[in-house]
Amino acid sequence: MTAASSTPSSPPALPAPALPAPALPAPVRPSPAGLTPALPSLLRTSVSRGRLEITSFFRDRESLIFTFSLPVILLVVFGEVFHGTIGSTGVAFRQYFAAGIIASGIMSATFVNVGASVAADRADGTLTRLAGTPMPPAAYFAGKAIGALAVAAAEAGLLLAVGAAAFGLRLPGTASRWLTLAWVFILGTAACAVLGLALSSLPRSPRGSSAMFNLPYLVLSFISGVYFVFRDLPPVLQHVAALFPLKWLCQGLRSVFLPAAAAVAEPARSWELGEIALVLGAWLAAGLVLCMTTFRWLDRE
Amino acid sequence: MTATRTAVRVRGLRKIYRPARYREVAALNGLDLDIGTGEIVALLGPNGAGKTTTVQILTGFRRRDAGEVTVLGTDPAAADRAWRARLGIVPQQASDFGELTVGEVVRHLAGYYPDPHDSAELIDAVGLTGQASTRLRRLSGGQRRRVDLALGLLGRPELLVLDEPTTGLDPAVRRQFWGLIRQLAAAGTTVLLSTHYLDEAEALASRVAVMAAGRIVAAGPPATLAGRDTGTAIVSWQEGGVPRSERTPAPARLVAALAARAAAPDGEIPGLTVTRPSLEDTYLRLIGVTPHRPGTPEDTP
Repeated sequence: MTAASSTPSSPPALPAPALPAPALPAPVRPSPAGLTPALPSLLRTSVSRGRLEITSFFRDRESLIFTFSLPVILLVVFGEVFHGTIGSTGVAFRQYFAAGIIASGIMSATFVNVGASVAADRADGTLTRLAGTPMPPAAYFAGKAIGALAVAAAEAGLLLAVGAAAFGLRLPGTASRWLTLAWVFILGTAACAVLGLALSSLPRSPRGSSAMFNLPYLVLSFISGVYFVFRDLPPVLQHVAALFPLKWLCQGLRSVFLPAAAAVAEPARSWELGEIALVLGAWLAAGLVLCMTTFRWLDRE
Repeated sequence: MTATRTAVRVRGLRKIYRPARYREVAALNGLDLDIGTGEIVALLGPNGAGKTTTVQILTGFRRRDAGEVTVLGTDPAAADRAWRARLGIVPQQASDFGELTVGEVVRHLAGYYPDPHDSAELIDAVGLTGQASTRLRRLSGGQRRRVDLALGLLGRPELLVLDEPTTGLDPAVRRQFWGLIRQLAAAGTTVLLSTHYLDEAEALASRVAVMAAGRIVAAGPPATLAGRDTGTAIVSWQEGGVPRSERTPAPARLVAALAARAAAPDGEIPGLTVTRPSLEDTYLRLIGVTPHRPGTPEDTP
């Protein structure tokens, strides 16, 4: 006990606060009746949250370096190791792999990063703080999605540059391919980010969260056509992978970056753009519902 | 805005936790509390008494199991954004926003409120102008708590809730903090403060409410809490060179008797003191710990 013993007769006389500050601005403004300023809109708070997420991410040097360097190292190392062509298509496997590693990088930048960052927000008091403000709760989710989109775009751009410079990846040549890239990227990023958010309420400690998000990410990377040609995998694994978004994100990106001749190496012997949109869209919707129902602002009671 | 004379009204509040399937623990067991507009009320109590649970229910973070709660004219369980905007919360020690600067964090959170303080003015008022472009991670403990206070004040709250605001701060910084809270109350803000520190309650609060086992066991101004100003006093003096002391409900009568019996030639009673129970004595008695016994209060559950 360090508390100074207090005497009942006189409340301790305290020196005036030594703050080099003027008096606090009056807390209550004499406001004319009926004229209450409006609460800020969801759009404005979402954009503001997004900017904050991006700033925080790019200032956290450790996670920045890890997030960006790992896929680049994988691309360079395996790109040097892998040789040969895919089946009879004449397309180099390096190109196939480069497209896959971009998809995998997007998932790491969204699913793993968002999941881990929400777990960190829970541990360091961010969620409690925000829950106590008039911020619209949806703005938090939108901010995470905006942040994930920005990080994934930077990641994809970096990998694309390395892939194009060293591994024969070709930028989309037509407007329709650019359009496909845009919607595959946005849908895939959003689906993975929302999934990360939805699962973020599961880990009980921030230490457990990294493993919890990396495990499914790594498993999916191996069975979704990143490191191996998807059609060469055992059928059971193909069926399992087809239930999850990464396989479809990989396939969508291959449709953009690989020559049309490579389509015959896909399981359906075509790019299946419709199916890609359907599966990614379904995951996005399921993730949103899960998010809204499972998200915890406070620790368990 | 309707003028309410009662900022907080609580009747028969109950909260039950289920730490295991077949076990129920009443964290709050029929709690009653009133806080008038403009009051500074300190919630005192040992760990586990239910202070945090009470604060969490009043701020709309936890559901209650029974009882009536009205905060700023609204049931916190039905809290909306407009109600949140009228409430300021300073949570227990937080470490969020580590990579952002003081200015960035204050300006960002200001964007959630309909009528926030000017960010620069507020930063100045809590004495952090010199640290406005310092990242929160690099602030000292006291500076960090001032950021927390600034964030709680940002929306010009009618009610400010402080959860152990000065835990871990050095004595000089605590006094500065008290000065800030007094300024606020003088300007009309209602303050609810949960604290472990009796000197803090005595220095700040117009009323203290002592909690034990999930209910308020006594409430009143610190100087008269539970009759400490009229209860048994201890009169000590020296008689024939021997220190003596006596507990009495009527100290004036005893002193008068002593003046006749034991006064020195100059008419004074050597070593005379009259001591009422300190706030700490009263508090310990209220929570069921007998003061002035070997063994510290911490030994008692």
